[in-house]
Amino acid sequence: MNPEDVTSPPSAPGGAAPDPVTPKAETRRLEVGGARDEAAPIVQGHAVTLRGLNAYYGDTHAVRDVDLDYAANRVTAMIGPSGCGKSTLVRCINRMHEEIPGARATGEVNLDDLDLYSDGVDVVSVRRAVGMVFQKPNPFPTMSIYDNVAAGIRLSGTRGVNIKERVETSLQGAGLWEEVKDRLGQPGIGLSGGQQQRLCIARTIAVEPEVILMDEPASALDPISTLKIEELILELKRRYTIVLVTHNMQQAARVADTTAFMLNGELVEHASTEKIFSNPDDERTEQYVTGKFG
Amino acid sequence: MTTLPAVSARRRFTDRFMRSLTLVLTLVAIVPLVLIIYYLIKEGLGAWSVDFFTTDPTGRFLGNPGGIKSAILGTIVMVALASVIAIPIGIGVALYLVEFGKQGPFAKVVRYFVDVMTGVPSVVFGLFIYIVLVVSQIGGTFAAWKGSVALALLMLPIVVRSSEVVLNLVPDSLREGALALGAPRWRVIFRVVIPSALAGLVTGSLLAVARAAGETAPLLFTAAFVLGTQFDLSQRMNSLPLQIFNDVGQAQDRLVQRAWGAALTLVVLVLILSLVARLVQRRSRLA
Repeated sequence: MNPEDVTSPPSAPGGAAPDPVTPKAETRRLEVGGARDEAAPIVQGHAVTLRGLNAYYGDTHAVRDVDLDYAANRVTAMIGPSGCGKSTLVRCINRMHEEIPGARATGEVNLDDLDLYSDGVDVVSVRRAVGMVFQKPNPFPTMSIYDNVAAGIRLSGTRGVNIKERVETSLQGAGLWEEVKDRLGQPGIGLSGGQQQRLCIARTIAVEPEVILMDEPASALDPISTLKIEELILELKRRYTIVLVTHNMQQAARVADTTAFMLNGELVEHASTEKIFSNPDDERTEQYVTGKFG
Repeated sequence: MTTLPAVSARRRFTDRFMRSLTLVLTLVAIVPLVLIIYYLIKEGLGAWSVDFFTTDPTGRFLGNPGGIKSAILGTIVMVALASVIAIPIGIGVALYLVEFGKQGPFAKVVRYFVDVMTGVPSVVFGLFIYIVLVVSQIGGTFAAWKGSVALALLMLPIVVRSSEVVLNLVPDSLREGALALGAPRWRVIFRVVIPSALAGLVTGSLLAVARAAGETAPLLFTAAFVLGTQFDLSQRMNSLPLQIFNDVGQAQDRLVQRAWGAALTLVVLVLILSLVARLVQRRSRLA
């Protein structure tokens, strides 16, 4: 990908593209941030802490000894060039990483005080607690809109849930209810890409996880759909802790409370989004966010 | 005015020659196919009558030779039993290969054996069952269920291979999506993978059924030949391929004509199955 498409240009004045580092863009970010502050948590979320996390694909060491704290009810953006290990790291949090043949992970992933990698922790219950939204919308092609949202509950074998009610609240939570309430029986793949992604978000929150991982959730979508997803993320953090992998630094600037920069499998820096984009401690972070490489 | 270099005469000739060559080869390939259908209809249709489908072969040298009711029903019964055996096992093997075995050493060995089995001549399956189940006199000698087992062996690799291809077409993103919702592996398979691949699984299985319906060799010395209609799986049972095989060897024109009629019946049965397979495939969401 061409860096200019994704990243901000150097903070030289007169840059035509929107730039989170220049004051103008900063103001815009703060406008969003203003709305953010009103959105006090409705449900107390759960914190995730990584300690000494390493992930491998066979002999390839993809994530190197990462310590990272994800605060409850906060959006943490993971940025870094392609192949830096940010997706792999996030897939370690719900233990999807180990689904790939030859892949393994060591270290600790703590959900509050429970280590998700300790013995006796069932991988299936880890994934119920840590939901995930993928890069490409992946609604189940054989299922209707309704069944797609209900799939989370049915597939995980959760009992004692009023499915009809939960489908409605989940679709409302994903900002999709008004658009689909009259055609719940139609196939989920008949929706537009942006709607499909919100359907997948509805499916994820229907299981009532504690943390939501989003792996470039808007990278396959048009700008308007992207905006909707971003607004949704800000709304979702009132109930959930959110980890957002993104290639789009403006997106990180718009929605993330804190941002972590990764490079070659290592965590370079994790700080408030403002600090990362204006005054990072590490030279490599500065070079990346100003578009000198990536 | 722009001019492009002219196409040389030699290249124009080569082009025309190659086109003609492929057309001629296609026609050569079509000729026997058309002739088969022509003769089947010409010779077979004359044998068809209500009695042809509703009476059993009599076996008399003189007088009415009878119809092929027992052969049609026998084929349906034995192929149905073979399908009940082969299709679930075959799809199970394919699920194992795609969902669990993947590229592991055991899966590779299984895949290799399945490929070898696909190429084994059908008479070998018949012979194998003859030695293992008939000569050993397990539950009597010749029996319909033994014929079904031989047909099932023949169908198994076809079902495995076609199912594996279809299951591989199910995008991994669907499996991941379901797993990430906290679904156990088996539920992912039954609620997401199989429904997504269903049309293809049905198509592949029906083609295996069609293949088995036309096989003579696996039945020749397992279910053997009998005149009357009967549904006892532990007894001999008639079948269309064997009826044809027997009738063609007779020195009477009307028996040979019955063979043509039976052959046409068999082709129509297989055609119906193929059409159903096509229809199911057209509804597939993965195509």
